[in-house]
Amino acid sequence: MAETIIRTERLTKRFGSFTAVDEISFTVGSGEIFGFLGANGAGKTTAIRMLTGLLSPTEGSASVAGFDVYRESESIKRSIGYMSQRFSLYDDLTPRENVRFFGGIYGLGSSELKEKGERMLEALDLGHAADTRLSALPLGWKQKLAFSVALLHEPKLVFLDEPTGGVDPVTRRRFWDLIYQTASSGVTVFVTTHYMDEAEYCDRVSIMVDGRIAALDTPEKLRERYEVNTMNDVFIRLARPARRSE
Amino acid sequence: MNKQFNGFRGLRIVGHLLRKEFLQIFRNRGMLPIIFLIPFIQMVILSNAATFDVPEVPFHLQDFDRSALSERLIERFTSSGYFRMTGESFARTKGIDELVSGNASMVLVIPEEFEKELVSTGHARLQLMINAEDGFTAGVIRGYAEEIVGSFNQDQPALIPRSLDIGNSPPGIEIRSSGWYNPELVYSDYMVPGILVVLVTIIGLFLSGMNIVREKEIGTIDQINVTPIKRWQFITGKLLPFLIIGLAELTIGLVIARVGFHVPMLGQYWLIFMVASIYLLVLLGLGLLISTVTDSQQQAMFVSWFFSVIFILLSGLFTPIESMPHWAQNFTQINPIRHFVDIMRRVMLKGADAKDISQPMAILAIQAIAMLSLAVNRYRKVSS
Amino acid sequence: MRRFLGFVRKEFFHIIRDRRTAAILFAMPILQLLLFGYAIRNEVTEVRTGILDLSHDVVTQELTDKLLASGTFIPSAILSSEQQIADAFASGRVNVVVVFGPRFAERMLHDQKAELQVVTDGSDPNVSRIVTGYAASVAGDYLRDKGYPSPGIVPLPVMMFNPGLKSVYLFVPGLMALLLMLVSAMMTSISITREKESGTMELLLVSSLRPIQVIVGKVVPYLTLSFINVITVVLMAMFIFGVPCRGSIVLLLLESLLFILTALSLGILISTITSSQQVAMMISLAGLLLPTVLLSGFIFPVTSMPWPLQLISNIIPARWYLVLVRGIMLKGAGLAELWKETLVLIAMTVLFMTVSVRKFSERLQ
Repeated sequence: MAETIIRTERLTKRFGSFTAVDEISFTVGSGEIFGFLGANGAGKTTAIRMLTGLLSPTEGSASVAGFDVYRESESIKRSIGYMSQRFSLYDDLTPRENVRFFGGIYGLGSSELKEKGERMLEALDLGHAADTRLSALPLGWKQKLAFSVALLHEPKLVFLDEPTGGVDPVTRRRFWDLIYQTASSGVTVFVTTHYMDEAEYCDRVSIMVDGRIAALDTPEKLRERYEVNTMNDVFIRLARPARRSE
Repeated sequence: MNKQFNGFRGLRIVGHLLRKEFLQIFRNRGMLPIIFLIPFIQMVILSNAATFDVPEVPFHLQDFDRSALSERLIERFTSSGYFRMTGESFARTKGIDELVSGNASMVLVIPEEFEKELVSTGHARLQLMINAEDGFTAGVIRGYAEEIVGSFNQDQPALIPRSLDIGNSPPGIEIRSSGWYNPELVYSDYMVPGILVVLVTIIGLFLSGMNIVREKEIGTIDQINVTPIKRWQFITGKLLPFLIIGLAELTIGLVIARVGFHVPMLGQYWLIFMVASIYLLVLLGLGLLISTVTDSQQQAMFVSWFFSVIFILLSGLFTPIESMPHWAQNFTQINPIRHFVDIMRRVMLKGADAKDISQPMAILAIQAIAMLSLAVNRYRKVSS
Repeated sequence: MRRFLGFVRKEFFHIIRDRRTAAILFAMPILQLLLFGYAIRNEVTEVRTGILDLSHDVVTQELTDKLLASGTFIPSAILSSEQQIADAFASGRVNVVVVFGPRFAERMLHDQKAELQVVTDGSDPNVSRIVTGYAASVAGDYLRDKGYPSPGIVPLPVMMFNPGLKSVYLFVPGLMALLLMLVSAMMTSISITREKESGTMELLLVSSLRPIQVIVGKVVPYLTLSFINVITVVLMAMFIFGVPCRGSIVLLLLESLLFILTALSLGILISTITSSQQVAMMISLAGLLLPTVLLSGFIFPVTSMPWPLQLISNIIPARWYLVLVRGIMLKGAGLAELWKETLVLIAMTVLFMTVSVRKFSERLQ
């Protein structure tokens, strides 16, 4: 495996007496598509928020892109892209304005911003929709746009928190084409999902149950280990004994 | 890369934030009317509604004397412009009934033998029953009546019998009154500067607090927090638009005050704008602080509303600070609205200069610094 | 019926359990009444006074003492020339300057025209009038004490209903109206819109409860709470602030109940025409609370307003409720005097109810 881009060691987050993430340890290699699976409420989003520097951990250690999550969270932010679970671009701005804004606050120069932004909008094939308000666009397009915005400043690593929620299988498939494209250019993709067919597309997957990592391996190996045919069955085997859901 | 270049780039990021905020504000159909219509409506309604001016007082007459003198006195009342007669009766209880039913605010009772008594003793009593539900208005009504009777007395020297004169000229004190800045005692001159403060307050407090909570609610705040943007850049980018809008509102308000209400402006405009900027920083800091402790726009709205009602009612805008008990007067020292109202009135109506208002201005400045540092401190890109 | 009672109970506990809401419903009224009852007054007391004595004789000395002894004038500055007046006003040190003209004692005895000038800063016109009145009566007293009664007609004002001219008497009824509007109209509208927003309203409507039962069930808890608030506020007004209740307390409570109904029906009306809590909130704030504070006569007398605003004030329920409360508590009025206001409130309630029911059934179809 190539060099390590994420490393966590007994990373833990407690809210009061509730332990959302319980001593998780794993590594992600550079250039990997890493699937981060788990039932609703298993602690995926909390873990992602710690790795992206949005939430400070209670215990344990973690480094992302070589920076420590406690002390160097601002440096981490320079090296990562993030697309959150809730769709989080501005609905009342146009795609072009969103691109300009987020590129701008990442510190892109104006010529750079213009060139990259145009190239990106072109690649997305938005056409004249680039100047209509986001609220009028279909969700699938918005998701692609959000993904592209997360990559605008050319990060080494991108976090996608349930990037394809709420769209049809065809649109999801197209989104995964984008993910492959990105990964092939050397960007590490850290993606959470609860669509098990998507899990098959990942290089490696981890499955979280009740705040802990219950399994971590390539999809084939997991299927073999649990002697089932699909990731779906793997997931059900692991998640059924979960104490918390929703 | 040298430091200067970094600084320039930092400011450019603020510029991007500003651009985005203004785009959003001007695109929001619900917001635009709030920002630009409310000043007009507020100025017009508040300045007209918020008045203790006591116009023509309806009074009920009970003239038990029915003399030439009483008639002349009544004529004085009705022609003064202060009073309007709504009825007449001769039964004591009827007068009180009229007060209870609200048909009259005062009953003027002229006792029997009124003229006779004045001629023989030099004195005559006149009874005024005033509805004092509203003590303040009652005080003003009494003032009107005393003014009329006083001038009536002066014009009737012939009525006072010579024999009762004490020496050739009885000692007397002539009371004269004058208003230093507002000689015509125009109520709107007094209210409008304070209402301008309310205007700026609502924009500053409500819009700023609500804005950040909204980003929290729709989740875009995460998308910003995950970028390497600096705290000062984010906060500047969030506060500056509302500072600018607040000052724009104030400008519109000042124009309406000047053109629509003819409120005098004896002081300097730059002074007002300077104080307003400091004041807005206090409010924006408070709004930011509220946004850090609330999770929904509804909560933010409730908290903002709660504070603004208390602060406005205890600001001396509607009721004088001096009338409050001492503990409340002391409490108003921490009320930024009180200081800004005070400054506005003094600068506009009295032409106070920077030196005159240095004390309240210093308090506002301290509050601005305290509020902003508290808010900036509480604002976290990383939650725990 | 049992199902319905169960629903009401659920709604009731729903409100009580949410601490923040419970605090808003119970603590805020009490807190506000205490705060405003004590702090919001417009009695003119403790006027910061500057004395400019241009003659310095026995009479001016005695008059100054007498003025300051009244408690209304608080000595804040001794001025020595007219040039200092402007400065004293601009700095805000004084609100009033009392000027004794030159040769005061001499002119008082011989010319009848000793000049006492009350210069107010004039920024608050009514304070100007009232302060001048005080000064005149102090001067009159002084002359009388010295055995120089001024001849002429002496007006004897009797302050009916509120001899102490206390502003609490005026503000307490206004606060009652404001609080009832807040609790009844605003909370109801928000609570119903919340159910609409979260989709639970649909659930209730497909249940075996009739729509009218759902609405009544949502409203009854607020009615009860509001009524408890009224009783609390009236008791506080009477025993803490000493506001008298000269009329029938039963009538007062009945009229309050009527006003609560008016407010609740307004709340329901708002919730039927809005779909989001936020809009409901904005309408409640801008459309109900502001007018209740400003146009009802709570602080500013309706008669002082220009006629267009007086006209508008007629459609504000609080305006009529204020007349009722003040009439009953302060003037001891009964239904004989207050039937008109009562009818107006009843008519408003019926109107709001009818419109909401119509809107509501439109939505169902």
